[in-house]
Amino acid sequence: MSIYLNKDSKIIVQGITGGMGSKHTTLMLESGADIVGGVNARKAGTTVTLAGKDLPVFGTVKEAMEATGANVSVLFVPPAFTKAAAIEAVDAGIGLMVVITEGVPVQDTAEVWSYLQSEANHAGTRMIGPNCPGIITPGESLAGITPHTIAGKGPIGLVSKSGTLTYQMMYELRDFGFTTAIGIGGDPIIGTTHIDALEAFENDPDTKAIVMIGEIGGDAEERAAAYIKEHVTKPVVGYVAGFTAPEGKTMGHAGAIVSGSAGTAQAKKEALEAVGVKVGKTPSETAALMREIMQGL
Amino acid sequence: MEYQAKELFAKHGVATTLGVVVTTADEAKAAAEQLGGVTVIKAQVKAGGRGKAGGVKIAKTADDAFEHASNILGMEIKGLTVNRVLVTPATPPEEEYYFSFLLDRANRQYLCIASVEGGVEIEEVAKTNPDAVKQIPVDPGTGVDEAKARAIATEAKFPEPVFEQAVAMIQSLYKVFVEEDATLVEVNPLARLAGDRLEALDGKVSLDENASEVRHPEHEEFEIREEADPLEAKAKDLGLNYVKLDGQVGIIGNGAGLVMSTLDVVAYAGENHGGVKPANFLDIGGGANAQVMANGLDVILNDPQVKSVFVNVFGGITACDEVANGIKGALELLGDAATKPLVVRLDGNNVDQGRAILAELNHPLVTVVDTMDGAADKAAELANA
Repeated sequence: MSIYLNKDSKIIVQGITGGMGSKHTTLMLESGADIVGGVNARKAGTTVTLAGKDLPVFGTVKEAMEATGANVSVLFVPPAFTKAAAIEAVDAGIGLMVVITEGVPVQDTAEVWSYLQSEANHAGTRMIGPNCPGIITPGESLAGITPHTIAGKGPIGLVSKSGTLTYQMMYELRDFGFTTAIGIGGDPIIGTTHIDALEAFENDPDTKAIVMIGEIGGDAEERAAAYIKEHVTKPVVGYVAGFTAPEGKTMGHAGAIVSGSAGTAQAKKEALEAVGVKVGKTPSETAALMREIMQGL
Repeated sequence: MEYQAKELFAKHGVATTLGVVVTTADEAKAAAEQLGGVTVIKAQVKAGGRGKAGGVKIAKTADDAFEHASNILGMEIKGLTVNRVLVTPATPPEEEYYFSFLLDRANRQYLCIASVEGGVEIEEVAKTNPDAVKQIPVDPGTGVDEAKARAIATEAKFPEPVFEQAVAMIQSLYKVFVEEDATLVEVNPLARLAGDRLEALDGKVSLDENASEVRHPEHEEFEIREEADPLEAKAKDLGLNYVKLDGQVGIIGNGAGLVMSTLDVVAYAGENHGGVKPANFLDIGGGANAQVMANGLDVILNDPQVKSVFVNVFGGITACDEVANGIKGALELLGDAATKPLVVRLDGNNVDQGRAILAELNHPLVTVVDTMDGAADKAAELANA
């Protein structure tokens, strides 16, 4: 089992003909993911050959879904066009859309989120991202840019704001492996949250323990802590990046800004520890905490 | 800054008085003479609490304006040097209100905050009388039309004589928020002046950098270069995501999360090595190539505080051989000018090729360490040598 993505997922790529789109479609195919086609209105009717597979390019998400039975879309669309591409995917009734694109105007994401909450979202589309590495269910499927060679299948579920910290933590725990690892993205507004992923992992019978990675800024980790207290029975290990980050400086992710006391790594660590989550000071210490838990299960 | 916020207000039809922005006391005097009557001299820096810091003064005469401007120009407010003052006509408010639109991250929508009690002391009002500070959600899908503006003005209890002006101003402020792609549009105080005129006396606008990049090239003019650290300015010109910090270990990594984590790990390692600290944050991002790596090293090696450099890369999009080639290229370019030791930790995409390139390079300044913790320890040790 896994969350959101499995061996039956049929994936299309919006922006398949771009540099990032074609490069990562190749990598997804090499991981064994079932990529069934792509979307680019200007190149509809053509075929692209990636990793030895001929992939049809459709004019719209709707056509791609009708022709291929796709239920997942990965977006490598430039930031200026991401909103329109996402709304198109929602209108077509895609089950899961994974928005990799970095640099999407936050008001565009806010509008997409509003659209997802409205009646227009007839299919109940789930959005992951934007500005994220996507989601990997090792050995089954990959919708995003996480290297599939880091770690294999196993009993740990992982949710993280940060892409490279997802990779680092998968690497640290590669001897155990993962049900699913999901990078939710560091933007101020994102589709799938820590809480959504925690809920899904709690309900996934194959996930035995969960790693949750956060970083400074916002209060998502504090809210996740409150959720864990009420709803999560599986062991959770946490890590928060940014203990030494100075206040009032933005460090990369739009979300990673500290101003005032709220949102600091220390405050997040304390909130998580207060509900019984063991929090590591470094990625390796976090992995060691998870190791102890796995050995005790 | 205030004067920039006011320019955006005026552009979208929000009632405000622009005043005159000057950089010398002589110009302030001339501006005060031109405006006539009593003026206010206001320090222009990107920081709150300007009044409390002595950065806002009333000038009864043009000579007063000269004197206040001489005192304010060059003063430091929250670590920022005042290089500009705004000279505006003094318009004593009869009542002060507070109004803002902002991005509500937690609820993934917009929020309007309005209060007819307070103004500059809004934070105090929010504490002592929270009911007087109205928080009204705004759906990004439907926005603020006249009906919504009317509902906001009603809930905020804007008084009758200025109610219709408030309805119009709320719509204009929402235009500033969406058309400029702001994450915050704040008017504080929103003043009721003599003759029941509603005017934005002071304000703040925070713009979304992503949106400025995508569709607002005109926002570049709002950037004030002289306030930036010279290394930060250089990094920005090179398109690097760099923040200068106060330490000895230069940091280069890929991905904001991993780089922040690297800062932490180096700071912990530094506790065993004379308390050395990270010197900077530098994220070379996903898919960084050799040139980006070389640019990053160039910025960091030019930081006189830096004693050693830690390159920490986990290749996802980024390929480790590109990173290794970047290090190689930068060292060749720098030649004898390179004197600081580099500790490199590579993992992920093309790691074997990357490590092979560095092994072949066999440069006396470069140490390759397999783990993040081990590399942080080595870099801290070298910085303390």
